[in-house]
Amino acid sequence: MSMGAPAAAIEGIGLWAPGLPSWEAFVAHRRGEPVAGGAPARPAPALLPANERRRAPDTVLVALQAAQDACSAAGRDPAQLPSVFASRYGDLAITDHLCRTLAQAPEEVSPTRFHNSVHNAAAGYWTIGTGAHQPATALSAGPASFAMGLVEALAQLAAGAPAVLLVGYDGPSAGPLREVVPSEGLLGVALVLAACGEHDRLRLRLQPDPAAAAAAPPEDVAAGNAMAPALALLAAIAEGAPRTALPAGAGALVLQLEGSHG
Amino acid sequence: MHAAADIPRIAPLAVTALTATTALGAGLAAQRDALRQRRSGLRRIDFGRAALECWIGRVDGLEQAPLPRALAAWESRNHRLAWQALHQDGFAGAAAAAVARHGAGRVAVVMGTSTSSIGQTELAYAQREGERFPAAQAALRVHSPHALGDFVREATGAQGPCMTVATACSSSAKVFAHAARLLQAGLADAAIVGGVDTLCGSVLYGFNALQLVSAAPCRPFDAARDGLSLGEAGGYALLEREAAAPRALAWLCGYGESSDAHHMSAPHPEGLGARLAMQDALARAGLAPAQVGYLNLHGTATPANDGVEARAVAALFPDGLHAGSTKGWTGHTLGAAGIVESAIAVLALRTGELPGTLNSRVPDPACGPQVRFDDARRQVDYAMNNAFGFGGNNCTLVFGRA
Repeated sequence: MSMGAPAAAIEGIGLWAPGLPSWEAFVAHRRGEPVAGGAPARPAPALLPANERRRAPDTVLVALQAAQDACSAAGRDPAQLPSVFASRYGDLAITDHLCRTLAQAPEEVSPTRFHNSVHNAAAGYWTIGTGAHQPATALSAGPASFAMGLVEALAQLAAGAPAVLLVGYDGPSAGPLREVVPSEGLLGVALVLAACGEHDRLRLRLQPDPAAAAAAPPEDVAAGNAMAPALALLAAIAEGAPRTALPAGAGALVLQLEGSHG
Repeated sequence: MHAAADIPRIAPLAVTALTATTALGAGLAAQRDALRQRRSGLRRIDFGRAALECWIGRVDGLEQAPLPRALAAWESRNHRLAWQALHQDGFAGAAAAAVARHGAGRVAVVMGTSTSSIGQTELAYAQREGERFPAAQAALRVHSPHALGDFVREATGAQGPCMTVATACSSSAKVFAHAARLLQAGLADAAIVGGVDTLCGSVLYGFNALQLVSAAPCRPFDAARDGLSLGEAGGYALLEREAAAPRALAWLCGYGESSDAHHMSAPHPEGLGARLAMQDALARAGLAPAQVGYLNLHGTATPANDGVEARAVAALFPDGLHAGSTKGWTGHTLGAAGIVESAIAVLALRTGELPGTLNSRVPDPACGPQVRFDDARRQVDYAMNNAFGFGGNNCTLVFGRA
């Protein structure tokens, strides 16, 4: 089947990393400009009521913060956007807690922790918090998790969605899982992607390439986080680079960038 | 809220291979026989050391069926079931033929699961030495959600886009929607889709903690239903474009997805998300509700789900629809429910045998005439399958007769 490589306009970007609580802070950091100190240790997305914010897992908070920021940057109503949530591991602190409880006192498994343990917890909280009846999906693909999220988001645009929210996030590993599924700190990144139009400021085009190698993400942002491969794309956008590549299982997903986020 | 009017029709995709393995047995013939005989696969819990009072749909023989030596690094109950299911109904051969026909890089793998191999991770925790897993457990490639998709990629040799969809109990219905989009966007020419979920402590104790499990075999849509029975299952479908028509067992005609935006573990009280998913699936298939002959309901037998689903079905479909839940046969197989019940929908299209609902006697007052407890026999052209998950995540599929 011959078709043009899938493409999308990038309408809005959200990011939350330790010490860099916004996309603007990330851009400043990449340019070597000073970044304001006193960044919060934990994201606090305004769309969740305060009691929900206390109860929600950290991975949900970081995903929702990035998602909310990307939607406001794009000027899109979150309730109108289908969403794709990509996470390599989901919430490892909950996995650790559940497995520990099961090994010791299984009848003490908490019902709230159990329903928060589903991989689509962030997607669920997002649709509930924004009142979105639009489709939401949640996926994992090892180191290719963000790349496969991007593939799904562009496939949704090709299938007729006017715009899609893509969120990538992971959190710190815990307990004995630290050795087998390592991940450090919190990282959330989000893009609002739309069908290409005439006045797009920034466009992204996919080019799967089994022979390509993935670009290295910046070493000084969210180092060791399982979603860090996604930062190669955000760094390329911040720097105005014409292309980058994300790990994609077999080979890499080459991303051509046209225009600027200016 | 999105309107079905905005939903474009899709080109149907050929389902060129299909299989399912459940507590009813391995492969499609075992499913068909048990459905026809109204023989349940549920049994009183005999799994692990779980001290719970409930019934389960357990797949026999997995304990005695280790993975081949070359795949030993993937050892888990979930991958054993994934491997066993892959080798029923000639599916592994059909997948290999698709890889040869289209090229490995053009065959996608999209698998659904809710808990992947967490049962093996639970075992590693039980055996941990201080704060470390024993070396043999730490070395396994099983401790992450994508273990399933990665295992199926390894087992089939496909090298196209590969992902694991994990939206709880809608997971392996959504894989059909994901795959349809990959093919429509030209990112793949064929897709191996499916789902595998196995019994484990997390789901047995988790669903019990939520008080959603019945002490007796589940009774979907019964006025006196009091919870679900958990099961395990695995299954696959191979999807290709229209040119594969001569090999088609059935057609994937439409999919619909929606969010309840209501609660993490309770359905929308008016079934709004369920209705949106069914309407969008019909719109993508270009069908009127009256054209659907059989609907495999999500029908978990929890008090909340079945009432809401029955009302949504009664609001959308004419009285002639034959709708039933097969959870009384298989149990609720969670992330595998989508593929298992899609296989049952395709069997209904191919045999004209429409399963009713097992174990149930007195219909809930919410049930319209669509919800059937008795089986029926008649040819239908289109069959639908509902799968709804935690987080208010809904998916409906429509299949057409080949």
